[in-house]
Amino acid sequence: MAAQSEIVRWSAARLAESLAAGEVSSVEATQAHLDRIGDVEADVHAYLHIAGERALARAAEVDRLRAAGEAPSALAGVPVAIKDVLCTSDMPSTAGSRILEGWVPPYDATPVARLRAAGLVPLGKTNMDEFAMGSSTEHSAFGPSRNPWDLARIPGGSGGGSAAAVAAFEATVALGSDTGGSIRQPAAVTGTVGVKPTYGGVSRFGAIALASSLDQVGPVSRSVLDAALVHDVIGGHDPNDATSLDETWPSFADAAREGAASGSLAGLKVGVVHQLDGSGFQAGVRQRFGEALKRMAEAGAEIVEVQAPHFEYALAAYYLILPAEASSNLAKYDAVRFGLRVDPGGSTVEQVTALSREAGFGAEVKRRVILGTYALSAGYYDAYYGSAQQVRTLVQRDFDQCFAQADVLVSPAAPTTAFRLGEKIDDPLAMYLNDITTIPANLAGVPGLGMPIGLAPEDGLPVGLQVMAPLREDARLYRVGATLEAILEREWGGPLLAQAPALGGAADRGERIRTTPGTAPAPGYGTEPDGGTL
Amino acid sequence: MADGTALSSDALLDYDEALAKYEPVLGFEVHVELSTRTKMFSAAPNPAAADSGTVEPNTMVAPVDMGLPGSLPVVNAQAVRYSISLGLALGCSIAETCRFARKNYFYPDLGKNYQISQYDEPIAFDGSVEVELEDGTTWTVPIERAHMEEDAGKLTHVGGTTGRIQGADSSLVDYNRAGVPLVEIVTKPIVGAGAAAPQLAKAYVATIRDIVRSLGISEARMERGNLRCDANVSLRPRGQERFGTRTETKNVNSLRSVERAVRYEIQRQAAILDAGGTIIQETRHWHEDTGTTSAGRPKSDADDYRYFPEPDLLPIQPSAELIAELRAALPETPTQFRRRLQADYGFSESEFRDIINANVLVELEETVAAGAAPAQARKWWLGEILRIANARGVEAGTLVSPLHVSELIALVENGDLTDRLARQVLEGVIAGEGSPEDVVRARGLAVVSDDTALTAAIDEALAAQPDVLQRIRDGKVQAAGAVIGAVMKAMRGQADAARVRELVLERAAR
Repeated sequence: MAAQSEIVRWSAARLAESLAAGEVSSVEATQAHLDRIGDVEADVHAYLHIAGERALARAAEVDRLRAAGEAPSALAGVPVAIKDVLCTSDMPSTAGSRILEGWVPPYDATPVARLRAAGLVPLGKTNMDEFAMGSSTEHSAFGPSRNPWDLARIPGGSGGGSAAAVAAFEATVALGSDTGGSIRQPAAVTGTVGVKPTYGGVSRFGAIALASSLDQVGPVSRSVLDAALVHDVIGGHDPNDATSLDETWPSFADAAREGAASGSLAGLKVGVVHQLDGSGFQAGVRQRFGEALKRMAEAGAEIVEVQAPHFEYALAAYYLILPAEASSNLAKYDAVRFGLRVDPGGSTVEQVTALSREAGFGAEVKRRVILGTYALSAGYYDAYYGSAQQVRTLVQRDFDQCFAQADVLVSPAAPTTAFRLGEKIDDPLAMYLNDITTIPANLAGVPGLGMPIGLAPEDGLPVGLQVMAPLREDARLYRVGATLEAILEREWGGPLLAQAPALGGAADRGERIRTTPGTAPAPGYGTEPDGGTL
Repeated sequence: MADGTALSSDALLDYDEALAKYEPVLGFEVHVELSTRTKMFSAAPNPAAADSGTVEPNTMVAPVDMGLPGSLPVVNAQAVRYSISLGLALGCSIAETCRFARKNYFYPDLGKNYQISQYDEPIAFDGSVEVELEDGTTWTVPIERAHMEEDAGKLTHVGGTTGRIQGADSSLVDYNRAGVPLVEIVTKPIVGAGAAAPQLAKAYVATIRDIVRSLGISEARMERGNLRCDANVSLRPRGQERFGTRTETKNVNSLRSVERAVRYEIQRQAAILDAGGTIIQETRHWHEDTGTTSAGRPKSDADDYRYFPEPDLLPIQPSAELIAELRAALPETPTQFRRRLQADYGFSESEFRDIINANVLVELEETVAAGAAPAQARKWWLGEILRIANARGVEAGTLVSPLHVSELIALVENGDLTDRLARQVLEGVIAGEGSPEDVVRARGLAVVSDDTALTAAIDEALAAQPDVLQRIRDGKVQAAGAVIGAVMKAMRGQADAARVRELVLERAAR
């Protein structure tokens, strides 16, 4: 059997092979991850909830199924982390908010249900900015996650927990959600891979809504192939989501394998969006982006510059549409049926609702609810929400025109490498600007992939590339991404994450948690019986 | 009741004087609960479906109806088909594409704190409906739109004196009704009805009720809230072009109340205007017991519901084929229905008008369809049932089902019940004791058709009046009456008088 320290570094594809060959069991793989969590979680704080005992029980069950020749899928037995925005019927689902502390939904989100049905083993729920509003996890009600590359830095957001968990080898793969970059930007700053599928490609059922017309659930991983494997499992039509696309998708894993095997991008037109070409971005980001373009050209791609003149207004439009939808989506948190209730007694329902929202929502949530309420108000609707929707249409047209000239579009996945915790927390606009390259894809619904393309020379932190494809052409992302990944990894002599600093301070301090950590809950976070014993 | 005392202080202008000075303008919003199997946006069973009966609170709910995080609405296709059928029956155009919108407001009867409705893109628009008044004149009521939405839950306010949320100690929420499919039918302003306005109001709502019933898309029981009417009334001085300020009287839950509420508002507003006052734009509550309205919340056109297109749902785009199919399947209009029944049943014009005015035509038709003779059905609906309904101040159709009436008629026809017994059985059915057969059994009301028992009773009666037989033989057949009366009395009415008469005459002829 492979050493535990080795198993946690395996890709899902590699682990799946070993599970199939009987070289390792799911229980061993799961335990290896729980041990790793025990080692590093106190430093990283990727998780809000760890379901150790439940995970081991499920792993044992999957091992039995496999022994009986009934492994539910190729990924059966692979440990997975789930962003806390997704409903899980056996774990609290808080979306990083105090107002949902301890709330256990009566259902699984469809992507979670599909992972379970495929035999993947949920390890726990990952940290996030409250209701996915943020780019750093600093807006989590339960404390920030930390970037495994530098614990003083943010792991991106909102899905920083999932990215950090995967980057710190605390999970093989993870699920995220992406409303304006919450999968791709964390991937960029943690040296991991993340994909926002075509809007409607993955069911939103059970994803706690931020902005319904922008939200999309997707995979988080350490390789393009792994993301594709997870996407294959979670994607496809769901009658419980009216915006789910009813169509047959090709195998994304096949696309990734083809891309990696071919090593060539001959015949591919890669469009560099002039408006997102990196001007004004961090120098090291610009440099690595330029090199990545060069590698693609060397592999046979034709690099063309394309114009998307309305991307300039995308951020402004996004910050009207998102708060507008969020103000409505978050109205359900009224303390009447579930969640935090602040009731001093003798109060009216309006007072209890107001007090509960006052206590249960963080500052960023309140900021956006107020903004959205204002934007939708009579007399302002046309100027704000209405105009924003027009910009959205123009952004979609820009994409149409760009894709008429290029097969895929590329840009840096984020303007900078990971910034320091606290650096932008008091400057919402600076925080919002982090998503400037990722937001247009959400406005248009097109798929986008974030992947590592090296370390910035000035700070030694990961730089990410974003690849975007036309609607429904997610397979193209995986093909192109896997080709480039193979080229880069040959150059690096292995995955970028191999260059990440070692973690495991807790183990060094002799605080290693032996079996099933219910561990390291952030201060104030509710525990539930499944948390396990130390 | 606090409201009641406040209400009685409303000054009213004499109706004829009010109409002489002012012209009423009406408008209606009628909410129809569709009787689909499941709710508008969830797979929870629909309490407004047929035969759903009474259910425990909060037992017909899905996560969407509770507004649970992560839940998503999915449109009920049957509700869309029903809505299109209704739109077509109202002579409306059907939108090629239309969207749902969110109507945002905080109120605990909405789990999501927004209602999914339609705002600027209703599924049906620009129609009209023919309405027939009691005197046989017809009116064309212009329809602005019919749009789809979801119903809200029910609040029960505990404590306090008014039964309203203000002053209550606590409130209980039942989400069973939350998400029930609704179509809201909105008229354009109806002008020119004059003194007939209250009657037109009643006839309009009755027509909507008849239409949705004939389409089979709603149970349409006003007393159960399947059909709810908000009546808008405004007055303008005769000769003035501009409409006056309107009030909206909410949830008037019977046809009779619609008529009374409109009449009341005309007289109340006229009194205010006549005294130089101004009408406040507000909702008004109708009080069935006092026959008055009282002020609700002020309502202005500036109510800000922050409508925006519902991002969880795609636009509805009914195909031309679907619309054609539903149009072809439309039943006859209420007017056509009446003409056909009048011809089929052979009733006179005045006989038929009585049926219409008693609002029992549909019941009568269903009774006949269940096997009763038209004349019998008419006799019962316009007779005993209407009498009880009037005594109780309710619609006859709410008392008893047409099926039960036809069963009752059959029992009489078969000689199992006399008319007198049948009236007792009807009482039992209305009291909820079950079907006529159930009541007959439980109350032991069947006619005694056993000749042995009758013969014994006749023997007894003849023994007390020994001269009767001879008088009959002498040609005084009416003398049998005394014996029949005595027998019926002895049998406590549970004998078929005709059969008793037969037996007595046979005895005399021996």
